[in-house]
Amino acid sequence: MPYVPHTPEDIRRMLEVIGAPSVESLFAEIGPELRPKSFNLPKGESEMDVLAHMEELAEKNVRASMSFLGAGFYDHHIPSAVDALSMRSEFYTAYTPYQPEASQGSLQAIFEYQTAVTRLTGLPYANASVYDGGTALFEAAMMAVRHTGRRKLVVCEAVSPIYRVMLNTYTTNLHLTLVTVPHKKGACDLAALAAAIDAETAAVIVQNPNFFGTVADFTALFDATRAAGAVSIVSVYPVLQAVLKTPAEMGADIATAEGQSLGLPLSFGGPYLGVMTCSKELIRQMPGRIVGRTVDTQGRTGYVLTLQAREQHIRRQRATSNICSNQALCALRALLYLCLVGQEGLTRTANLCLERAHYAAERLTAIPGVELLSGCAPFGNEFAVTLPVNAYQVIDKLTGRGVVPGFPLGRYYAGLENALLVACTEKTSMESIGIFAEMLRGCLK
Amino acid sequence: MNTVFKSSVPGREGIWPAKPEKSAADLLPGALLRGGATNLPSLSELDVVRHFTNLSRQNYGVDGNFYPLGSCTMKYNPKFAETAAALPGFTRLHPVLPQLKGAGRLCQGALEVLYETERLLCEICGMKAFTLQPMAGAHGELTGVMIIAAYHRDKGNKKTKIIVPDSAHGTNPASAHIAGFDVVNLTTRDGIIEPDELAKVLDDDVAGMMMTCPNTLGLFERNLPKIVEMLRSVDALLYYDGANLNAIMGKMRVGDVGFDVVHLNLHKTFATPHGGGGPGAGPVGVSERLAPYLPISRVEKLEDGQFFLNYDYPKSIGYIAPFYGNFGVVLKAYAYILRLGGAGLSRATECAVLAANYLRKRLDKVLEVPFNRTCMHEFVASACNMSDCHVRALDIAKALLDRGYHAPTIYFPLIVKEALMFEPTETESLETLDTFADDLIDILKEAEKDPEALTGAPRTLPVTRLDETRAARNMELTDDL
Repeated sequence: MPYVPHTPEDIRRMLEVIGAPSVESLFAEIGPELRPKSFNLPKGESEMDVLAHMEELAEKNVRASMSFLGAGFYDHHIPSAVDALSMRSEFYTAYTPYQPEASQGSLQAIFEYQTAVTRLTGLPYANASVYDGGTALFEAAMMAVRHTGRRKLVVCEAVSPIYRVMLNTYTTNLHLTLVTVPHKKGACDLAALAAAIDAETAAVIVQNPNFFGTVADFTALFDATRAAGAVSIVSVYPVLQAVLKTPAEMGADIATAEGQSLGLPLSFGGPYLGVMTCSKELIRQMPGRIVGRTVDTQGRTGYVLTLQAREQHIRRQRATSNICSNQALCALRALLYLCLVGQEGLTRTANLCLERAHYAAERLTAIPGVELLSGCAPFGNEFAVTLPVNAYQVIDKLTGRGVVPGFPLGRYYAGLENALLVACTEKTSMESIGIFAEMLRGCLK
Repeated sequence: MNTVFKSSVPGREGIWPAKPEKSAADLLPGALLRGGATNLPSLSELDVVRHFTNLSRQNYGVDGNFYPLGSCTMKYNPKFAETAAALPGFTRLHPVLPQLKGAGRLCQGALEVLYETERLLCEICGMKAFTLQPMAGAHGELTGVMIIAAYHRDKGNKKTKIIVPDSAHGTNPASAHIAGFDVVNLTTRDGIIEPDELAKVLDDDVAGMMMTCPNTLGLFERNLPKIVEMLRSVDALLYYDGANLNAIMGKMRVGDVGFDVVHLNLHKTFATPHGGGGPGAGPVGVSERLAPYLPISRVEKLEDGQFFLNYDYPKSIGYIAPFYGNFGVVLKAYAYILRLGGAGLSRATECAVLAANYLRKRLDKVLEVPFNRTCMHEFVASACNMSDCHVRALDIAKALLDRGYHAPTIYFPLIVKEALMFEPTETESLETLDTFADDLIDILKEAEKDPEALTGAPRTLPVTRLDETRAARNMELTDDL
């Protein structure tokens, strides 16, 4: 049997020491009435055969020749060293660092990850990560609820609908009120958001760039939020943090992010990385693992899991969250990515994304009937265009020809059935943008 | 070791993309731009490679060290599963593709993996349907308890309480609480749940009970049929915490014996690596009556063999993940199940239980084993018998580190004083178990002669014991504080 080393002779010797007549006798407490009604599973296969099957399945996924799909999840270059280092088995076959003396590698890496993400958002504190960007946003909202003792969340409709449906699910049993403030042609309605804040508001939740790709300055909104005694939460796209005004510069209390774009493959939805950073005032409300620096009995620097009094294994139902793990290996990959590209590499990557997206917008809007949804509102690596036809028509035609033109906004926003969300990264060549524009022009004729 | 930031040399080239012609300053208003630099490090590739290679050497992992961490099922993670999950046909797939009309045909292979994995897990557990969306065990718990809440809400039941035994994982009460329930503690007796104790806390307000079976003491819950009957009598649902599924594969299916909800930990039972604390995956299986409440989307198969995502479940609890869960982890578990097959999974369970009982018998003369009877895949010992020489479970754990072993889980479950919880798993050989037992016996002998030898451990690792109080007080949580 693969991976099980026990020979018949080993088993005989072990049973002898146990004093049991057979392996089956060890299961005597599971009475006949509790035994499986069926266990009809396939027969095991050789490594070669299983891998051949997996390759066959992988091949069934047809590769698009080019894709402008983003919607919060982006295809960036991943330096080879990210794979090589994260696949060191000392990292990936370890468990949560409960024994710090034997886990300094994982612990220091998480500490460095915490440092790196706080440098991106400018807020001073971070946790060791949670599952994904959506969970991070929900956990941030709960931090605000606990901190303020209030139960109303004001959410901008231009926050990713993928996150908002998760917020809806999670808050169903918690008696929280979600107030959604409509977007204005893909831009955040800052005045309406400010007007929605009242004495019951725990938090204001926005995204930058938002789901439509639009970039904004939330400084005034966050000022108003603070004046009302509420917490301001912003979800950011970490790559663009190299160039965009930081949450700290805008006065945010909590900044979260989907960390996928930092060295993680798209991989059909996961594993991803929920980044959470916050102000000093809110650190004790932070959920999940946190690593801190300390010294050993000989005064040498070392790292430990800290502030554990917040956590479920100590507080049980009174914990800040039920979250037990973090996405340690994904956090490691994000750290590796940030170290390998470094300050200059991330800035270049962000600028390339902007440059390509702006070129694409220029080329697409040169087509008759294609316009920017948000008019002259500034955008980052992604933008929305309105088409003279339903976006699904274009998607259906172009995917048939190996090009995925973008995301149909009508899927989540009624009235935007003709709008297409188009994303670029540093991997999107100028040439492919030109080909795409011509194909779109042809398809709209 | 210095942090990676300390080695930064301004201007040193890393893995940079080509220089763009335009920058943010050319394309966006100044008010939207970042004021200062990110202060990310500037390092060569070798700088980064050497730093992290050296860091990795400061870690114990299953590949290098026996890791009998109870309740965590640190079995060997086969390498071929990593190969399977790294196939570009999977890693490059954008998650929203199947949501685009006409684009589902571009990812049939991935949808087939999801569909088939759900079918396999259904058969392993005897459940009607599975969702692969939960991204960790605790996330699965939350999902499962939310399904219980949705079921009662739908039936018009006013139920407010979830029963959690005192032997349960800490995540159970936390998950029940976050799903909006009051948590009722159930006291176990002689290591297991007794019907008369259950009767004391069971009433019409109880929505369900979360059970780990075998429980965290590694003991099978002998009163299971009676417990099922009692819960059914008040229309309460029974939740199975699958952390310990490695003890029962092929021996019992939770759906057959009356559980309505189960979460699994693919990173435990199905051999996907723990990654230093994640990512894991916590799929949730349900009985027929709970299937309508599963999260959306659901993966389904058309008559022509095509796979698609179905969002049309009006009673669903909604979205608990952005997409279909930790797909990269699911791939590894799927490959593992196919490799082992039904007989291999049963064999894994048999040898896991055999190994745990063997280790228990090797150690029960030197450590107290409070419930010293046939255990399942793990057992809990206590260091109370060492109190005369002032040696605690913590000291034993640290001494084991010095000998190259990861420590067992300590101080859990809370109901055993000075607990040491051992789970050897089926992948460790008899030689490893014997060497480990010999070393542990030797450590305890040494402790009797010279307790300080233990209280000063570990001595051979990069650091000695760390000052956790100072860490919590100083809150030095980044290199900038």
